Amino acid sequence: MDLKILYFASLREALGRGEESLPLPEGVTTVGQLRAYLHARGDAWQALGEGRNVRAAVNQRMARSDDTLQGGEEVAFFPPVTGG
Amino acid sequence: MNDDQLLRYSRHILLPEIGVEGQEAILAARALIVGAGGLGSPAAMYLAAAGVGTLVLADDDTVDLTNLQRQILHSAEGVGRLKVESGRDTLHRLNPLARVETRALRLEGEALEAEVAAADVVLDCSDNFATRHAINRACAHHARPLVSGAAIRFDGQVSVFDLRQPDGACYHCLFPEGEDVEEVRCAVMGVFAPLTGIVGATQAAEALKLLSGCGATLDGRLLLLDSLSMNWRSVSFGRDPACPVCAERARAQA
Repeated sequence: MDLKILYFASLREALGRGEESLPLPEGVTTVGQLRAYLHARGDAWQALGEGRNVRAAVNQRMARSDDTLQGGEEVAFFPPVTGG
Repeated sequence: MNDDQLLRYSRHILLPEIGVEGQEAILAARALIVGAGGLGSPAAMYLAAAGVGTLVLADDDTVDLTNLQRQILHSAEGVGRLKVESGRDTLHRLNPLARVETRALRLEGEALEAEVAAADVVLDCSDNFATRHAINRACAHHARPLVSGAAIRFDGQVSVFDLRQPDGACYHCLFPEGEDVEEVRCAVMGVFAPLTGIVGATQAAEALKLLSGCGATLDGRLLLLDSLSMNWRSVSFGRDPACPVCAERARAQA
């Protein structure tokens, strides 16, 4: 089963896409590894770099970087929004 | 409640979830609204109309022509006035029974602590992360429920941190401070006018539920709104064991 990856707010703007599907990449077993895999695409994907304030949720539940992935999950990446 | 109030608030009183008791709680309540802009406008207007006894409006800014596209507390003749004064006049027109206190300053330090401590519910309608974290720390310290909203471009976020609960998660649990954030402003990025209404009205709904004790709030859930596709997403979250704000709170409660 493919992963469904969702991008929100400024991330969606930066990456020019709101979602994508892909098979669990080889060597990726955690949320943090998935983020590093996507970050390694370079250019706009720097927005997912370490230290950038981006949270991840797996199946609509907040996830930590060491939470495991098996494939088939919905993974959402979102930054905090400000503006009032 | 007198006869005028019973009539004015009758459509709330008719709701069994609110009733006379819930409306009395709303009338007795004091709400702190930080920011009288896009989110603070609808939030304050609904709270005033619904009968919240005392509204404290805090904002150091003045009304600008570019605000009027979405900041419905203010109107053309208010350009150049303090937002809190323009806002107070609008709220009094909506509900002359509402007491409105104005704080024409950027709430921080001891003034922020004092206002949070005096409030029954706090609405974060501010436009920057430093203020969001300061409000969160004060709410955690004084165990006050925090209703947090944010809106930029077509994107909104809204959540509740019910810090009356000793084990409730806080804003810092969700979005830790100190990480690299993109501080974007409406002046640069733009903002879809009714998005601020949707998010601000949601904040008012959550505040009224907290005050009257009805329903289930957004405590522990973050709603993400993409108003371009009009999709809402809900993400549930809990306390971050590494959160320094919650660690400080636990020490203070011990």
